[in-house]
Amino acid sequence: MAMTVPDSIDVTALKRDFPLLTGATMHGQPVVYLDSASSSQKPTPVLDAMQDLYETTYANVHRGVYELGAKTTDLYEAARASAARFIGAPSPSGIVFTKNVTESFNLLAYSWGRANLSEGDVVVLSTIEHHANLVPWLMLRDERGIELRYLTMAEDFTLDLSRLDELLDGAKLLSVTAMSNVLGTLPPVRQLADAAHATGALVMVDAAQYVPHLPTDVTELGCDFLGFTGHKMLGPTGVGVLWGREELLDAMPPFQGGGEMIRDVRLDGFTPNDVPWKFEAGTPPIAEAIGLGAAIDYLTTIGMDAVRTHEMQLTGYALQTLRDRFGDSITIFGPDDVTDRGGVISFAFDGLHPHDISQVLDQHGVCVRAGHHCAKPLMRVLGVGATARASLYLYNDESDVDALADALDKSAEFFLV
Amino acid sequence: MPGLEDLYREIILDHYRNPRNRGELAVPPAHRVEGFNPLCGDEIVLFVEVDDDGTVRDIKISGQGCSISQSSASMMSSAVKGRTVDEVRDLTRAFKAMMSIHESSLEKDGTEPDDDLNEVPDVKLGDLEALRGVVKFPVRIKCATLAWITLAQGLEETAST
Repeated sequence: MAMTVPDSIDVTALKRDFPLLTGATMHGQPVVYLDSASSSQKPTPVLDAMQDLYETTYANVHRGVYELGAKTTDLYEAARASAARFIGAPSPSGIVFTKNVTESFNLLAYSWGRANLSEGDVVVLSTIEHHANLVPWLMLRDERGIELRYLTMAEDFTLDLSRLDELLDGAKLLSVTAMSNVLGTLPPVRQLADAAHATGALVMVDAAQYVPHLPTDVTELGCDFLGFTGHKMLGPTGVGVLWGREELLDAMPPFQGGGEMIRDVRLDGFTPNDVPWKFEAGTPPIAEAIGLGAAIDYLTTIGMDAVRTHEMQLTGYALQTLRDRFGDSITIFGPDDVTDRGGVISFAFDGLHPHDISQVLDQHGVCVRAGHHCAKPLMRVLGVGATARASLYLYNDESDVDALADALDKSAEFFLV
Repeated sequence: MPGLEDLYREIILDHYRNPRNRGELAVPPAHRVEGFNPLCGDEIVLFVEVDDDGTVRDIKISGQGCSISQSSASMMSSAVKGRTVDEVRDLTRAFKAMMSIHESSLEKDGTEPDDDLNEVPDVKLGDLEALRGVVKFPVRIKCATLAWITLAQGLEETAST
């Protein structure tokens, strides 16, 4: 069905923006990069923005009276404004730069969690979450005695919502993924958020896999907090975002203490800075935030609708190709319909261990992730120790999928003699 | 450049396809110990039964893992059965020494690593030698050593009870 519409992205032209994809080799073969759910490759405009900053403008932010300091501060704050526009946030003040989504969750659990949760309070999570949305809450449970409840996975790899109201009853927070990093599943965030708000709970969304791949609007999603990270969306490592509704962020105590996050410090106390700087202790990842801003500009130029359309088409092609070529030998863990999922394709193949598959694929230049994808509880639900996972992005095309299928054939040839 | 055949020797694939000593033992008399590779999710459960005279009378393996971790565990089980705990410790040290990355072996990409086993007990590794190629694939070393680290932990626990 999706195959009849022309592709929304000219991948051949776009790949030229990614030096690694056109120039690098692995074991003498061109790189077939299918691990963007882990981390994406970077286009020239992002690399240039960071290089230019260091070569022409760089100084610390929010400090220097001199021109370089002021210019760098402008660029850093412009990146914050870009991030806000990109997710439909009403104001840049709701954008807190963190290290990554993991830190966004830790910030929320540490600051909001410790200010608002005490023994017996309920946080609702799901069994398909990444460890980043599990461990900070488990730590808080151990420290505070809060209660954790879990939405479970249905047979079709979606969240089972039949007990939603029961689980939310009396809850203070619902924290769920907007797109599973293992299954590709897109939980109905709006529906979940409405149900949570109806019972008085706040809503945090793990959008690490969502923001890079789908048009995002926090108002439409109806959430109160949302986390995403730069390196999965063509930006550098070391910068992520926690977005929060401003009045909520305002009421939260600081996370880490130190420079930048204060308005005044006396020997007998301190006054914290305004949001978002209250949560950005110490010199922030300046070049990284500016690099993320450039990545957002790049994605905005292409258009997130085009990115989503391209990825749905390619995911459909990949699912079809893998099933046609390998039939019963392959088990795909994730929804069938491309409108219900993103381009993350986890699979088991012919009884081979994902590590062994990945090792053979490596020899053919194909990069996939093999492991538990930081989702061990989900691995237990699926009844596997690990999966192989191919993940697609805007710079992948059908030739990458074909290369994956060819390399899987080689794995079968090698191990199943 | 190391190729797949450096990693997956025939004897490794044989142990992977036909693992020895799979199963479980009654606890007690056997001791049960679990090992995890947090990076990849591999899990191994060892059941080891040590005699009063310090001999590994029996060993069984369950759990799941890749061909390297499974074959290493399988070969290990064959190698340690009937040996004394002291002999097993020596064997473990020799195996770990083989699995440690020597700079020279990384520089001379594709060549055999230097035999720098001076401080290591003089033990014949036998079939286990087939795993030598794993050092050329550093990310897989932990797969090969998982069973051994788990066994060492298990024997330590047995000794202290």
